Amino acid sequence: MATNAYVEHAPGYVDNVGPKVVTSRFGDPESYKLERSEATGGYGALRAVLQMKPDEVHGQVRDAVLLGRGGAGFPAGVKWGFMPPVWPRYLVVNGDESEPGTYKDRLLMERDPHQLIEGCLITCYALGLNTCFLYVRGEMALAQERIAEALNDAYEAGYVGRNIMGTDVSIDVVLTWGAGAYIVGEETALIESLEGNRGMPRLKPPFFPAAKGLYMKPTIVNNVETLANLPWIMLNGPEAYKQFGSEKSPGTRMLAISGHVKRPGVYEVEQGKVTFRDLFYGDNYCQGIRDDNDLKMFIPGGGSAPWFFEDQLDLPLEAADVGAAGSMLGSGAIVVMDETTDAVRACLRVVRFFARESCGKCTPCREGTTWEEKILQRILDGHGRPEDIDLLLDIGSQISPGPYPVAAFEAAGETAVPFPPKQTTICPLGPSSVAPITSAIRRFRDEFEAKIQAPEEVPA
Amino acid sequence: MTSTEAVTGVPFTLNGKELEADSGELLIDAAERHGVHIPRFCYHPRMKPVGMCRMCLVEVDTGRGPALQPSCMLPVTPEMKVETESEATKEAQDGVLEFLLANHPLDCPVCDKGGECPLQDNAYAFGPGETRFVEEKRHYEKPIPISDLVHLDRERCILCDRCTRFASEVAGDSLIHFIDRGSQTQVNTFPDHPFASYFSGNTVQICPVGALTSAPYRFKARPWDLDAVESTAAVDTTGARVVLQSSQDKLVRVVGVDSDAVNWSWLSDKDRFSYGANNSPDRITEPQIGTGSSRTSARWGDALKHAARSLRGDANRIAAIGGSRMSLESQYAWSKLLKGVLGTDNVDAQLGDGLPAALVLGIDRATIAEACEPGGVIVLVGPDPKEEVPTLFLRLRHAIVEDGASLIELTPRATSLSNLADVRLAATPGTAGQVMAALADGRLDEEVGTVGSPELAKAHELLTSGRPVTMVFGRANLAESARYVADAVGGLRRLVPEARFLPALRRGNVHGALEMGLAPGFLPGGIRNRRTNFGRWPSTPEFEGKDTDNILRGCLNGEFDTVVLLGADPLGDFPDQKLAAEALASVDNIISVDSFLTESSNLADVILPAAMWGEYDGTFCNMERRLSPMRAKVTAPGRCRPDWMIAAELSLSVGPDLGFATLEELQNELSSSAGSFTDINWDEVSSADDGPILSTDRNWDLEFGDPADLPSGPGYGFRLIVDRKMWDMGTTTQQSDGLGGLAQTAAIRLAPADVQLMELAGNEVVTIDQGEFQVEVPFVSDPAVIPRTAWLPARLPGFDARRLVAAGRSITQVRLHLPDRDVAAGGSAGEKGGNNG
Repeated sequence: MATNAYVEHAPGYVDNVGPKVVTSRFGDPESYKLERSEATGGYGALRAVLQMKPDEVHGQVRDAVLLGRGGAGFPAGVKWGFMPPVWPRYLVVNGDESEPGTYKDRLLMERDPHQLIEGCLITCYALGLNTCFLYVRGEMALAQERIAEALNDAYEAGYVGRNIMGTDVSIDVVLTWGAGAYIVGEETALIESLEGNRGMPRLKPPFFPAAKGLYMKPTIVNNVETLANLPWIMLNGPEAYKQFGSEKSPGTRMLAISGHVKRPGVYEVEQGKVTFRDLFYGDNYCQGIRDDNDLKMFIPGGGSAPWFFEDQLDLPLEAADVGAAGSMLGSGAIVVMDETTDAVRACLRVVRFFARESCGKCTPCREGTTWEEKILQRILDGHGRPEDIDLLLDIGSQISPGPYPVAAFEAAGETAVPFPPKQTTICPLGPSSVAPITSAIRRFRDEFEAKIQAPEEVPA
Repeated sequence: MTSTEAVTGVPFTLNGKELEADSGELLIDAAERHGVHIPRFCYHPRMKPVGMCRMCLVEVDTGRGPALQPSCMLPVTPEMKVETESEATKEAQDGVLEFLLANHPLDCPVCDKGGECPLQDNAYAFGPGETRFVEEKRHYEKPIPISDLVHLDRERCILCDRCTRFASEVAGDSLIHFIDRGSQTQVNTFPDHPFASYFSGNTVQICPVGALTSAPYRFKARPWDLDAVESTAAVDTTGARVVLQSSQDKLVRVVGVDSDAVNWSWLSDKDRFSYGANNSPDRITEPQIGTGSSRTSARWGDALKHAARSLRGDANRIAAIGGSRMSLESQYAWSKLLKGVLGTDNVDAQLGDGLPAALVLGIDRATIAEACEPGGVIVLVGPDPKEEVPTLFLRLRHAIVEDGASLIELTPRATSLSNLADVRLAATPGTAGQVMAALADGRLDEEVGTVGSPELAKAHELLTSGRPVTMVFGRANLAESARYVADAVGGLRRLVPEARFLPALRRGNVHGALEMGLAPGFLPGGIRNRRTNFGRWPSTPEFEGKDTDNILRGCLNGEFDTVVLLGADPLGDFPDQKLAAEALASVDNIISVDSFLTESSNLADVILPAAMWGEYDGTFCNMERRLSPMRAKVTAPGRCRPDWMIAAELSLSVGPDLGFATLEELQNELSSSAGSFTDINWDEVSSADDGPILSTDRNWDLEFGDPADLPSGPGYGFRLIVDRKMWDMGTTTQQSDGLGGLAQTAAIRLAPADVQLMELAGNEVVTIDQGEFQVEVPFVSDPAVIPRTAWLPARLPGFDARRLVAAGRSITQVRLHLPDRDVAAGGSAGEKGGNNG
């Protein structure tokens, strides 16, 4: 298999040198087909699991310390244990990946849908479920096509449905397409959407999905990548899995890097063993900033994450370390911006995303994010007022009261405020819009002031 | 909703004070109970919390440090520490209000809500005082009508989800919804589907800003100019509690009051908007003498003298119809005049569209709360409650959807509750009694008429499960004898002796009328007319009188010289329109006490103008026998008088004084003479939150004979179902501003199977053949209809289905024709129809 080369048929994926837990089939142009999957061990883990007791399977996942890959990084095995013994109960797979800069789940669904289906089946077996809802983002046409085809093939081959592989285990997987709302990536909003309602988050408590989820029944919501890890773990065992990554965060992660690097793409990286600097500048990874420019800032974990700067380059790619440093690794979406980037414009771009994607439920998010967008646009249009900078920060503190997470700024002698922030809203979408504003104003206040004092020529 | 089995004793700290909450009680409610008001917009105690507006954020410490939490979604937990006035809380309140006001237009001076607006109030009490928002505000087309009664101004909307939650959760009419997202989120209807809910006015009442306004009230008054008094809606027998509001001595608005026992603050649009009839220019405001073109206004003295002349003669040749729109006191006065002074027992408040008086008066009565008991079983044998007793419908719906009550429906057509029913016993007209008899006998293996064995078995299981059973019973079909309802009641009493009953009669204060003896054979207080002296009455009737049906028949036979219409319009309401018309045409003297010139009062020789609801003080008696005040808010126009005064004056013109000159004297006489009323404390009636329930110890030994056999028809044709819609050509609706146009054009509703069988298509018109005449009516295919039955609501524009009904027949059948083909008489269809015979 070719290493260090673009894989033409999987745009956005870059093969690299590390261990392959979830991307092992990505080099094969026909990896999404059942026969190719079977030829490379597909559904072998399921066959093995069906010989085990459900509790053993659950135990192995717990032992492997499989951290959720959707953003919060909560151990899947522990989350599974929250389900009260009430039936019916459901597994919901969150394939509504829509954080700006994130595209790893899309590749997992496009390139290896059978691995995901196998992961779903293993989870259902471990938890005694017979229905799994697989919710795929509305815009992912190719992923929808491939996962639907894969599921049909898997049904036909007897891996899904009644009496799986001749056992008395029956599990159905139900596919649902989203309608294109970022907020549905939030688990309770996803559940509302699955029920046929408008995708708006529910308040936790009382609506913790594990207790009151889909149709008010216990529900486990897992991310696509989380479940894609299961076949490997069940085949190779938790100990082998824990050989990869760090002690706190075993295993690998898929990281999606975009922006001003020479070789953007999705990399499978051992957790905690690689730093941002390795990733951006390493030969096996992004190979440096475009045009060999200087790095200005980077977003370490999707649009919601506070920005990092040069000072944070040597942090390991590990959720806890990134959180303590004042941001989050989140869903593994890294956006790199070089010195040519206009901080105010970049800030507006991210804020506008959140303003447009706010579901409209909580007042601070609905009104606050749009207000922020309007002020930033006004500054860029040459009508900024000096008080707008503090106003932006103040609006932010109404959505997210208290100190907002920021990265350490050693030059200014400031220490990091760790993630996550407080919020006056139900879900973290509103507070997410505060991240670019706080980061940009704190570090590049002079750019804001310059724009306010000497407005740029606005092209007609 | 808070738990019904609230246990006190959850200790928590509120602003430093140690207090106790009920178990499961929401923080916002517990604080309110202890005198701390937490501002809110989206929270409404009668709906599920959503935590949408974030106005009720307070600082809560549950042991993990203080954090802002929405108090509307947070049940109090032991040792919770709450700060509603801390710096953090105040900042959050400031922030939320600044956000809400950012895009809210400051058009308070021209906004109907200005002056009673929670957003205004909260902005003053908790807001930052000024805004830093300098951007262009959000713009939408200024108010768009989302129904004939409700206008929506999306610029003013703060997206609290109250109206949309009400529509889907409470009313079950999910016709308004959020569309779009972010700051473009807006409430709207679906294209071509207006917010045509019978309960749409409630959204206006609960809107915390001026986004929703009602067409009749828009720009009519400013809140600070309004005068208000609490009263009871008299539109239907639920007796919803309301506040009447007037400006410049004119009723301008009716608002629902949160009565825990009755309407939970909700009103039907008929309750809310039919005050419009009070302001109608068509009101009769002066006494009238004469008929047709010779009718002239007269002085009260002359009119009374004129009326008294026709009341002197043989009492048995005098009859009176109506009285269910009046107050209890007026009903007593008229009862005393007719039965005690004149001595006639031919008095009936029901117009042949109700139920036997003895059944209604004598049956063990449930309260609404008992009927809606969590986990209970409700048996519906009656009309669609949404059409006839809409506020009760909301309570029943809540009981079924939220409180685990089960519904068994035994109705001739599917109702608005059918999709929530555990069992629907689809009994064609004339078969309800037999179905219930089969259940009582445990005959569950064979079908009864159109009701199958599995449904019978399921119903039987529910009824005998030991859960509390309440039957809501009323007249589902005017083209079917009331006898079948009585049979069904009897059947259920046999199967479940401890079952309770709640009558769902339609017309206003009809229960008051029955209690006051406006029914043949009864005196006030549910006393049977078997004695020679009663209270301070000069006498009591010698012979048992006739009900409306027989009075009208008697008119045809020349048995009556004089008919008194007490606000009744038999031509418009009696099920057999032809009989009513012929009967009234053949009577010499008609005295009408009315507010409008109806088809019937138009035939009267004397019209005595009556004050309407909202113009007199009195008492209402609802379906539970709950007494609550009806109060005067405005002066009656012209020379209209309260009904009881008219009775008293008329009595003086005939001879004796009725013995009371004030309402108080009347009430005292009532409690001193009328059985069940001796315990009534009138102060309690006028001041209690929910109103006392008339305690009756009647326990009558009601006789329920064997249920009538399944009626046999000629073996062809369609069994007819005629019932009432909320909006029809009735006087109140037609005279109320904005309501008249809501009545839908008449159409015959047929089962889809029959439509297919008859190969009916598109906009074809069906000819209904009643034997004596034929009429063409458009048809609608409706799955609510049982095959071989036809449903036509009465009194709709286009065609009044009462023309097809012949009083006295057990059921009514009609034949249907298509142009050039007689499908209904076809062989196979005929045999199918004959199965029931």
